[in-house]
Amino acid sequence: MSTIYILWLRQLKRYVRSKQRMFASLAQPLLFLVAFGFGFSSIFAKAGGGNYIEFLAPGIIAMSVMFTAVFSGIEIIWDKQYGFLKETLVAPVSRFNIMLGRTLGGATVAFIQGIIVLIITLFIGFKPVVSGIFLAIVFMFLLALFFTAFGTAIASKLDDMQGFPLIINFIVMPLFFLSGALFPIAGLPAVFADIVKLNPLSYAVDGVRGALTGMHTFSFFTDGIVLTLITLVCLWIGAELFKRIQA
Amino acid sequence: MNIIDVKNVSKNFGEVKAVDNISFSVETAFLGPNGAGKTTTIKMLTTLLPPSKGSIILNNHNVILEPDATRHSFGIVFQDPSIDTELTAYENMEFHAVLYSMKSTLYKPRIQELLELVDLWDRKDSLTKEFSGGMKRRLEIARGLLHHPKVLFLDEPTLGLDPQTRNHIWSYIQNLNKKENLTVFFTTHYMEEADKVADTVCIIDHGKIIANGTPNELKQKTNSKTLEDAFLALTGKNIREDSGDNQMKITNRMWRR
Repeated sequence: MSTIYILWLRQLKRYVRSKQRMFASLAQPLLFLVAFGFGFSSIFAKAGGGNYIEFLAPGIIAMSVMFTAVFSGIEIIWDKQYGFLKETLVAPVSRFNIMLGRTLGGATVAFIQGIIVLIITLFIGFKPVVSGIFLAIVFMFLLALFFTAFGTAIASKLDDMQGFPLIINFIVMPLFFLSGALFPIAGLPAVFADIVKLNPLSYAVDGVRGALTGMHTFSFFTDGIVLTLITLVCLWIGAELFKRIQA
Repeated sequence: MNIIDVKNVSKNFGEVKAVDNISFSVETAFLGPNGAGKTTTIKMLTTLLPPSKGSIILNNHNVILEPDATRHSFGIVFQDPSIDTELTAYENMEFHAVLYSMKSTLYKPRIQELLELVDLWDRKDSLTKEFSGGMKRRLEIARGLLHHPKVLFLDEPTLGLDPQTRNHIWSYIQNLNKKENLTVFFTTHYMEEADKVADTVCIIDHGKIIANGTPNELKQKTNSKTLEDAFLALTGKNIREDSGDNQMKITNRMWRR
């Protein structure tokens, strides 16, 4: 337990000490909020969609959690290159615990980032349902855990600091655009709607949005079950790949 | 029973025989040209790489079958720095202590003792990214000793350091060697260091052990005045292709892009 805690604590210390990183990773969600939020809100309202900021804000919160989570995988490559990974790999700690500590740390950082974005959205006019905040927090944490494990799994197989963002963007951008974060799934052509249903992010976006605004595509039950299952699978895959890492 | 016993160990990377059927027990210095198999051997001794063949016993533990017991028995300073530069010196030490499941009542005085020994106690709360190469090395040595290991592995501990720092580091290590009753196993390219510090020396080339004994024995055997001449007599004067370790390859790749 204490080994998992110290690995978790390390991720958090690194996050808190890197102020630039914290601010830089807020820039993208802010840009999306302002550009899309104000840009499309009148069209969205005219089309009968209601208040676009209400619709968009949960999507952007989920987006920032996902991006921070998945990119925390790069710290494994970082540690590989700068040698620190070896220090943990020669220690008498199981590989699974090392992976778990790191993943929990990365997920906590991504979760905090999501909370900061949630607070920012309040200032640009987002009015969440207060009673739904606890449930939204649960979904945000599940989302963070899933994508951190996902990033860890990919980073375990890579040695290349340049390659990681490229591969991640190749996977993560489509996931983001096809998740219902930016527009409602209801009006999509059948093919796209099916893709959206295969996208894990859709369920997280739906869960967070449902909790914060009451707007729903699936149900909380479906969202919760899907996210929990894929998170467990991804943790298992991540742990298996991490076990084979060689320093 | 020897503290380290290596029997018929080989390691192949595909077709390449990095280490080819070596056996030895308790050598204190491990010498060899670039790419000879020094780092691969250390990685096998420290559970980071499974040997393709053979058995390794360290402090009465089978390295392959009892990795965690083995890991408690040794400390290591890697060839490349391996501290977290975003953490302070003290935090790096504490991280290590917790990973080795030491109790805080035990590790707190121990950290102080070791940081004082390597003259870093007054800098314990500085982020290690502010440290010079020599200070980082000293911190790594202190960290490697934190959990009271029986063997300390040092893979080119003085690489890239100035003569003053090198001298200092060896005096720390020799001091520790006496004080903590610990076996120090190191690799180096500086022959005069091996000559001065090591009780026994082992020369490895192309994955094979080509000579071992005390520095004086090796000098007598090759009729050389210095260990460096003995080394050159044994390994030839050709410059080796330096395959480097993974880290080097990655850095090269990064620069080429």
